[in-house]
Amino acid sequence: MAQIREKVDVCVVGAGHAGCEAALACARMGLETVMFTVSVDSIALMPCNPNVGGSSKGHLVREVDALGGEMGKNIDKTFIQSKMLNISKGPAVHSLRAQADKAEYSRSMRKVLENQDHLTIKQAEVCELMTEEIPDSCDGNGNLKKRVTGVKIFTGAVYEAKAVILCTGTYLKARCLCGEAITYTGPNGLQAANHLTDSLKELGVEMRRFKTGTPARMDKRSIDFSKMEEQFGDERVVPFSFSTNPEDVQIEQDSCWLTYTNEKTHEIIRENLNRSPIYAGIIEGTGPRYCPSIEDKVVKFADKERHQVFIEPEGRHTNEMYVGGMSSSLPEDVQLAMYRTVPGLENCKIVRNAYAIEYDCINARQLYPTLEFKNIEGLFSAGQFNGSSGYEEAAAQGILAGINAGLKCQGKEPIIIDRSEGYVGVLVDDLVTKDNFEPYRMMTSRAEYRLLLRQDNADQRLRRKGFLAGLISREQMDHLEEKERMIKEEVNRLKKTMIGASAEHQKFLEKYESEPLKTGTTLAELMCRPELSYETLAEIDPERKALPAEVIEQAEIEIKYQGYIERQQRQVDQCKKMEKKKIPENIDYDDVDSLRLEARQKLKQFRPVSVGQASRISGVSPADVSVLLVYLEHMGKFAN
Amino acid sequence: MVKDMKSDTIAAIATALSDSGIGIIRISGPDALEVADKVFQTKGGSHIFKSFQTHTIHYGYIADQGEIIDEVMISLMKEPRSYTKEDTVEISCHGGVLLMRRVLETVLKNGARLAEPGEFTKRAFLNGRIDLSKAEAVMDLIHSKNEFALKSSVKQLRGSVSDEIKSLRAAILYEIAFIESALDDPEHISTEGYPEKLSEIVDELLTRLKKLLDSADDGKMRKEGINTVIVGKPNAGKSSLLNILVGEEKAIVTDVAGTTRDILEESIRLHGIGLNIIDTAGIRRTDDVVEKIGVERARKYAQEADLILYVVDSSLPLDDSDRQIMDMISGKKTIILLNKTDLESVVTEESLKEAIGSGSEKMRMIRTSTKENKGIDEFEKAVSEMFFHGQLQTDDEVVITNMRHKEAIRNAYESLLMVKKSLEDQMPEDFYSIDLMNAYASLGYIIGEEVGEDLVNEIFSKFCMGK
Repeated sequence: MAQIREKVDVCVVGAGHAGCEAALACARMGLETVMFTVSVDSIALMPCNPNVGGSSKGHLVREVDALGGEMGKNIDKTFIQSKMLNISKGPAVHSLRAQADKAEYSRSMRKVLENQDHLTIKQAEVCELMTEEIPDSCDGNGNLKKRVTGVKIFTGAVYEAKAVILCTGTYLKARCLCGEAITYTGPNGLQAANHLTDSLKELGVEMRRFKTGTPARMDKRSIDFSKMEEQFGDERVVPFSFSTNPEDVQIEQDSCWLTYTNEKTHEIIRENLNRSPIYAGIIEGTGPRYCPSIEDKVVKFADKERHQVFIEPEGRHTNEMYVGGMSSSLPEDVQLAMYRTVPGLENCKIVRNAYAIEYDCINARQLYPTLEFKNIEGLFSAGQFNGSSGYEEAAAQGILAGINAGLKCQGKEPIIIDRSEGYVGVLVDDLVTKDNFEPYRMMTSRAEYRLLLRQDNADQRLRRKGFLAGLISREQMDHLEEKERMIKEEVNRLKKTMIGASAEHQKFLEKYESEPLKTGTTLAELMCRPELSYETLAEIDPERKALPAEVIEQAEIEIKYQGYIERQQRQVDQCKKMEKKKIPENIDYDDVDSLRLEARQKLKQFRPVSVGQASRISGVSPADVSVLLVYLEHMGKFAN
Repeated sequence: MVKDMKSDTIAAIATALSDSGIGIIRISGPDALEVADKVFQTKGGSHIFKSFQTHTIHYGYIADQGEIIDEVMISLMKEPRSYTKEDTVEISCHGGVLLMRRVLETVLKNGARLAEPGEFTKRAFLNGRIDLSKAEAVMDLIHSKNEFALKSSVKQLRGSVSDEIKSLRAAILYEIAFIESALDDPEHISTEGYPEKLSEIVDELLTRLKKLLDSADDGKMRKEGINTVIVGKPNAGKSSLLNILVGEEKAIVTDVAGTTRDILEESIRLHGIGLNIIDTAGIRRTDDVVEKIGVERARKYAQEADLILYVVDSSLPLDDSDRQIMDMISGKKTIILLNKTDLESVVTEESLKEAIGSGSEKMRMIRTSTKENKGIDEFEKAVSEMFFHGQLQTDDEVVITNMRHKEAIRNAYESLLMVKKSLEDQMPEDFYSIDLMNAYASLGYIIGEEVGEDLVNEIFSKFCMGK
């Protein structure tokens, strides 16, 4: 029987948030790209919460945008409420979070993909990866390295490709659990992908099983909102994308609602714990600690009298409401009983039950920080398949994998984003360097240089990389360079402008309850006082020119937090030296006698690309790092 | 945390730490001259260090905030013509342990960091000073010195001190976790009124750290003495030996509780030399699980010991159990007591030496009878000879470890002062956790713990977050 055989540059497996960014990046780099999905109607699906962004996740969206990705633009077009979180705290932790109109988000993203040149969408389940061995290569375990040559789909058709990006989300051998009711499907009852895991295992890929969960959706008409607190969006909305005109996002917003669980709720949960598949031991996958089911919250924080519940709209053209904070895998009858104890939900009708989902994914230590497999050249992966969780984490990996797959096809050097350049860098480094035992979620505490990794300066941090990859236009770069020039000029001016201890100035200070001047100082010095700001100082700064808001914001942050920022910058400079010391791929750790046994084992498992990465592996001590440095020097093998 | 910082400035005592002659403190790195400039004064009291020519030596004083500490000769070697090929300053001061420590501490307070074990050599190698063929030796040196430092670091800490550090760390970690979970989940966790609360907590932590710093000055943080372990078969006379030694001294300093019945620890002084003596369970080949644990523990103590006292029952032939012990003491500083000379001997010095094989020539052998109190004087003399001939040098490591601990505590203290400053400047909450984390990491260094996933674990275990 004749089979279809096609030749393309890149195959992207999956059309979730990782797949979308990966496919768009490759196609926009001019590569012929095919994106496979088990359901074209589910492109950019949001099967869990109706949000984009949030603490540290908002940073990721900004970074995806700075690199030339789509997520920020798409949510700007389809949000129905937006909030800047942590606004009372430092600028580094300000974070955007928007409520999405889920259906609109998905539709809008699909439209972008469908109209993207060089991109083909194909509804099909990918069943097999095709590879060949690379002669005279070594994968570090004494075997020949492999190279990916394409994929085979369920019908038997073959797509030859130079690179393949796996973004299979939660679909691999997926299993959904709602109490005793178990279905072998992906999210929302979609078809699971049951073949690819075996093909991967045959290629020597180490698989693992994770789980996650989602709460119920309810009919809006059955909810009594008068018993809940209304939660509004910000008065002035800030867009996610650096390319969105801020005026375009000042829309009429929808509200969310806050209510609480109570002792009655907890009682019902406790009484029925034996019927929870997790507590009954039916679920084998490891779940995330940061989005615990309501059962987990009640058990682990037994002394808490109540837990918050956020009722959030799923969109404007549906009555479904998301019950944030109450994900569960308890049986249907228990769910209904427990939800009905919550004020405002006494008569609620459930449209979709809460459920837990189990799926196959990988231990990402098998990947380089470029997201390419160490042992299979040309094979990349991103998103939940890599053991992460969350739409934004997926998108961030998706664009990076897309860029690097594209660069590979073009025969160019890959792009690595390190921990000091972006949350994307922290995310990827954590995934490929640490032992992760649960779905990984981005958190602001994971970024040790977070004062430098602000959502407001993502463009300054990452646009150049997007430009290098060909995803950012010359025009966009010109805009950035002009912005940076203006920031620098204004910071210098503020640092140089002297303010004397004149009567006028003392009067100004008095007005803001600020200490009077003893001698002259600069505008910059005054700006460091907590009670003063760029805005208030206008009164005594007659030479000030009108500047764009984004320039003022940067100048003010740079001056106000200068001491802290410089301190982190120094730490970064120290670390960069270690990042630059590359470890050759064919290093034989058994040859390095003085390494401690534990360090040797860990280094063999992770095969870090640089001394910097090696130093972050748990079990590798500073002395081991010293030994490694001496060894590399001895072998004369520093790649740079 | 940066695990390897090649380009900062390090300092250490370069000579043996004993009370004699002259001691040298070496400083190496880009800021070596600057550091020296801060601590060195010529006779006129002026600071003119930077203008000195390379490879010259100068006379003057080391001063800490105006207070003269010692009269010194100071030499400088500008890069690349030094051992490390970096700017290097060597301070030759009077050689007293206390004095050298104070000079080094002054240097550390003024911008240098205490060198890691083997670090000067490592730098010399990485900067191309040492022949590449010596790489193996350099790696071994780094490895062994660090292993030793790590072992002695935790070992020398008094239990109460290590408990206090753990408790301080736990308190700091809790605060970081609170701040971080509030940043991560602002809609669930509020920081209203928190700065005031944190301010009080930081004050209390500072007081506790100050107390630790003071105790480090008094040397109260570490256990004194040479770690000595008594091994031997059951009934060889180990406990009798201990009783004699303790009885003579009549001053049992500690009787460590919590250890199992079969391990007993005593602190005694012999001719002014402090010994921590651990009496282990008798060692015999056994399949009994409980006894096996005892034997394993004895083996562990023997490994960590500075000195081993092997008590042999000379009235019984050597057997498998003896061979097991010989295996255990191989390569260790050992005094062998051929005990029970009041009975008929079947084991002679020669046969014992033969059984031990290589290394036996370095072991002292003394015939004793604990029953008749014979040979004990000779034994005591042997210990003090070994000590004064420098074969039992534990002091170097103890002093250095103590300095390392102290430096780490001071770093933690300074980090908390920064938190206080951020609080006073009304900085937002996320700024506090930066320095709190530094303090947490510094203290972890003392008890040999890295930061790792501590924070994320603490956040999830103490605070209920998530959608």
